Amino acid sequence: MSLRIVVTVKYVPDATGDRHFADDLTVDRDDVDGLLSELDEYAVEQALQIAEDADDAEVTVLTVGPEDAKDALRKALSMGADKAIHVEDDDLHGTDIIGTSLVLAKAIEKAGFDLVVSGMASTDGTAGVVPALLAERLGVPQVTLLSEVSVEDGTVKGRRDGDAASEQLEAQLPAVVSVTDQSGEARYPSFKGIMAAKKKPVESWDLSDLDIDAEEVGLDGAWTKVDAAAERPARTAGTIVKDEGEGGKQLAEFLASQKFI
Amino acid sequence: MAEVLVYVDHVDGAVRKPTLELLTLARRIGEPVAVALGNGAADTAAALAEHGAVKVLTHDASEYADYLVVPKVDALQAAYEAVSPAAVLVPSSAEGKEIAARLALRVGSGIITDAVDLEAGDEGPVATQSVFAASFTTKSLVIKGTPVITVKPNSAAVEAAPAAGAVEALAVSFSEKATGTKVTGRTARESTGRPELTEAAIVVSGGRGVNGAENFAIIEALADSLGAAVGASRAAVDAGWYPHTNQVGQTGKSVSPQLYIASGISGAIQHRAGMQTSKTIVAINKDSEAPIFDLVDYGVVGDLFDVVPQLTEEVKSRKG
Ligand SMILES: Cc1cc2nc3c(=O)[nH]c(=O)nc-3n(C[C@H](O)[C@H](O)[C@H](O)COP(=O)(O)OP(=O)(O)OC[C@H]3O[C@@H](n4cnc5c(N)ncnc54)[C@H](O)[C@@H]3O)c2cc1C
Ligand SMILES: Nc1ncnc2c1ncn2[C@@H]1O[C@H](COP(=O)(O)O)[C@@H](O)[C@H]1O
Repeated sequence: MSLRIVVTVKYVPDATGDRHFADDLTVDRDDVDGLLSELDEYAVEQALQIAEDADDAEVTVLTVGPEDAKDALRKALSMGADKAIHVEDDDLHGTDIIGTSLVLAKAIEKAGFDLVVSGMASTDGTAGVVPALLAERLGVPQVTLLSEVSVEDGTVKGRRDGDAASEQLEAQLPAVVSVTDQSGEARYPSFKGIMAAKKKPVESWDLSDLDIDAEEVGLDGAWTKVDAAAERPARTAGTIVKDEGEGGKQLAEFLASQKFI
Repeated sequence: MAEVLVYVDHVDGAVRKPTLELLTLARRIGEPVAVALGNGAADTAAALAEHGAVKVLTHDASEYADYLVVPKVDALQAAYEAVSPAAVLVPSSAEGKEIAARLALRVGSGIITDAVDLEAGDEGPVATQSVFAASFTTKSLVIKGTPVITVKPNSAAVEAAPAAGAVEALAVSFSEKATGTKVTGRTARESTGRPELTEAAIVVSGGRGVNGAENFAIIEALADSLGAAVGASRAAVDAGWYPHTNQVGQTGKSVSPQLYIASGISGAIQHRAGMQTSKTIVAINKDSEAPIFDLVDYGVVGDLFDVVPQLTEEVKSRKG
């Protein structure tokens, strides 16, 4: 039977752009160009490699996001994913992390899965907890933050590099994994891949397709609330000197004046 | 006074500093009740009592080391049900965040991750977060259930505040899912003898400009003269010059030391995300246009191979 892999990918505002908040204190997704979160490219890459190693596998990319989030799906399809699911609904605006995990979990269940592959964190929210939440909701093992991953005979194995130790992990499918940016460079879409992606199916689902009430998600359904957001004051301009042979000594003088030595 | 559950991060009974910081924050909103799990759990009690824990709930079982995350979630949930706390605080390590998130979902509570400060408020604890690569500061609240909040290292000062710290055994029965992910092997990281990167008062980092693994010796020499931790940019890590555990930035560690010294690092947004909240920032870079200079309190435009060794010598001679 075919190995069904679902990759969760997020469409995020470009980190090198001028990211800010909208008036309702949600992340402004209109003024800054969006893209497939770079950290989710690693998830797509590992999913494709796992699929290539399997006899028979199908890779579905899934996103929950606004209209433009289709761009993220297109990119993943052009890298080689087989099909895509876009969960889009006006009532989703302002959904928090718990709500996002609900929508993703319902969509993953509806799609059918043996393996879910997520990124280590979204580059806008950076919480890094959605994969653990998906495992909790789906009732399957979490094998997260892997810098190495493989699937064989219904078992997923991987290496998790933590602060204190590096751990070898193992779980039976179905399971949720997340991979880090140490898992291996993501491939670039080829011209052929980009052309092929245009013909691949993208399904659109809304909340009613997933049997989710509007009250459970969105800004009003959120279990957390952002009360205030302020731009960090720019750092006051420092002293910059050019090294003319004494740069190290001048720096030492500065450090001494600040009582570091 | 309301009780606040504090999840203890410890290594074989030695409590890590971020947990002591959590106790400082917990005391702002209630009485800290600590939860310590795994090998050496009971040995944490003295340090926790010294810093304000009124009670220390402990439990040890082989499951904590043999299976990933879920046994700890089961135990924290057992503590949650025993105490009915006003809030749950967990250190923002990779594992801490996963534990906190699953607990929050189980008990029907909202979660805030990576707080850098916490205060009592009329509607419950108010968490400060640093977002968009530390270019914005937000204040957030949990508005459903019992606030579950993970807090980054260096978010508060460690303060002694002696309390009873009575040790109580926690009764835990593991869920069916607890043994889903088996830990089949573990290689402990070798200690370098240097301070922990996220806890250090001074961090000295090197980037692509260091130009080779062997050259990191000059970064280490400066770090050692200052008693500092060593950090690296992703470019240096990806080149294989320094271990990933020392990477500073979005996909590495976030540091917020008193002093951060960047050598041969350009200051890309993803690097800044992990160091921009440092108190004093110093950079050495031969390119006067490098964006890192926008952040510095003091910058030297020059070759790090000249500047860094001279600085190290000067520090050593001043320290005598
Ligand atoms: C999703 C994502 C996550 C990322 N996460 C991280 C992260 O966690 N941490 C991180 O650091 N980066 C991260 N990056 C990468 C980041 O974008 C930069 O590529 C990286 O920080 C560059 O490292 P660098 O400053 O050492 O190298 P460069 O940008 O190449 O800069 C090297 C600098 O060294 C200077 N230099 C060279 N020789 C000398 C000399 N002899 N003396 C003095 N100066 C010299 C040069 O002038 C230059 O400014 C991430 C990127 C992405 C897309
Ligand atoms: N809206 C979303 N749509 C699809 N996947 C998501 C979404 N939000 C988070 N994810 C996935 O969860 C991972 C961790 O995200 P986070 O917990 O938000 O940092 C990401 O790398 C994605 O794989």
